[in-house]
Amino acid sequence: MGPEELVERIKSLLGDFAKDIKIWKNDYIEVEVDKENIEEVAKRMKEFGFDHVKDLTVVDYMKEGFFRIIYNLGSYDNFELSYYIVGIAYNIPRDKPVTKTLYYIYTSADFQEREAYEAFGITFEGHPDLRPVLLSPPVAELKPLRKDFVVKEDPEIITKKK
Amino acid sequence: MSGIIRTQGAQVGFNDLKLPGMWSRKIGKDLYEIFIGPQHPGSGHMRIVIRIDGDVIVEADPDMGYVHRTMEKLSEVRTWIKGIPLFERMAIHDACNVTLPYVRAVEKLMDIEAPERAKYLRVLLCEINRIAAFLYGFGIFGVFLGHSTMYMWPFGDREVWVELAEWLTGARLTHSYPVFGGVRRDVPAGFTDALRKAIRYMRKRLEDYRKIFVDNPVIRARLEDVGVIPKNLAIELGITGPNLRASGVKYDVRLNHPYEVYDQLDFEIPVFQEGDAYARVWQRVEEIKQSLNILEQVADWLDKHPRTPILHDKFWKTAPPLYKKIFEETGRAKLGAVYAIMKVPAGKAYERAETARGEISYYVESNGGNKPYRIRIHSASARNALVYKYIVPGHRVMDLPAIYGSIDYFPPEADR
Repeated sequence: MGPEELVERIKSLLGDFAKDIKIWKNDYIEVEVDKENIEEVAKRMKEFGFDHVKDLTVVDYMKEGFFRIIYNLGSYDNFELSYYIVGIAYNIPRDKPVTKTLYYIYTSADFQEREAYEAFGITFEGHPDLRPVLLSPPVAELKPLRKDFVVKEDPEIITKKK
Repeated sequence: MSGIIRTQGAQVGFNDLKLPGMWSRKIGKDLYEIFIGPQHPGSGHMRIVIRIDGDVIVEADPDMGYVHRTMEKLSEVRTWIKGIPLFERMAIHDACNVTLPYVRAVEKLMDIEAPERAKYLRVLLCEINRIAAFLYGFGIFGVFLGHSTMYMWPFGDREVWVELAEWLTGARLTHSYPVFGGVRRDVPAGFTDALRKAIRYMRKRLEDYRKIFVDNPVIRARLEDVGVIPKNLAIELGITGPNLRASGVKYDVRLNHPYEVYDQLDFEIPVFQEGDAYARVWQRVEEIKQSLNILEQVADWLDKHPRTPILHDKFWKTAPPLYKKIFEETGRAKLGAVYAIMKVPAGKAYERAETARGEISYYVESNGGNKPYRIRIHSASARNALVYKYIVPGHRVMDLPAIYGSIDYFPPEADR
């Protein structure tokens, strides 16, 4: 199954929920959805065969003022689908980082939502155990993976020239 | 709560008993909370908070992060090439496997591909690393089960593979071997003969391991039907690597999303159906055998093919004549200054690889600058950590080390 064929199948599966679908480098498919529909999209994707969350990525676009939350879904059981990673992506405003949890649909998102919570300060409503997982609470307060958290380091020669 | 160890018999209260390395408190009738770790016989630091009724665990809460080094953030303030030595610190004895997907993701963004010889060399070191990491895991497992022979033997035999890696790359553990567009060094003269000798030795030793450890009745009693992960639960939790395959799921990135030259090599993906700790031990033994088969094929290929450039032209064409002369004489490709100033075209790439402990994935996003905009790493041990929360409850306390060891959990890799 080529990436174009998979995109067609995802389009017919999600219908209007999929606002935009992009193929990156032939094996990574990014599906843009709305925050409101994320649970329904996740349910449909799971029935389709993407049975676990490969990883939960949050990207901070500070200048644009939003976080992009990407649930990268993978498949263990379906050989054809397992070649691809499908990222279900949506944006939430930076000043109100609250979204819904997918814990009850994908158990594999459990610790990853906790990671996004501690590193970006994003609250996943409905998660039964939303605590920092890697960081200690005082460090998690700093929200270290946000772009406005600056790492103090010696400036490099290359960045000086720039 | 008092922090004093109360020793006098009449005063010992179980409500706040303090033991070295272990802290417990009563949280209900017949229910105690015990903190195990972060110091324990395993590798790296990790704590599990368990609640026990008698000696049956009713709840387990893995407490990770003791070796967290904020790699995702650090990578954002360093140039692209500096990511390689940074990320391999996740699992230093599995360095080639954990950095390869990063290198490949950046290559994808730059639309380049390593030369064929470099691909074979990458597979060569990946499999050497994989065997060494499995042996390391066996050693830790032996410690957990109090089986001191199984601690000494694999650690001694691991030296064979570490020495081979040192001969190939110049470093015992943190090799930084794959770089964008290729690898750093070609095989030295006489390497493939030594490799074949190591393969023969390892096959013999696996038989010895079977006799003293895997078929040992004590070990079987400790491991059989312990920590069973059913197939559907393994998929639901996103367990990965040998642990997933020991639960009956045929999934290996080398098979499902082939990278480098794995699609040209002949090997099998062993799968076990039982899903218990004992199946996970056999799984690793079988995987070492397959890695040895792969190494044999790579050695044959290297013997048949003459030395050709091991770096992509984009980088190799900028090398001064002196560098090319050094490469012809010694097989070492010195990295040009172009690596320090390279910029990567804007875009996103997702790449994964099968490490010894399972699948590692990198999400790499570039905005066209000389540093990554965002790198998200999710490593094999981080996926497997869910086992403690969902599988351990219901077992006895004595089963916990058996499950911990059989999962081959490696905290530095999980914490990143």
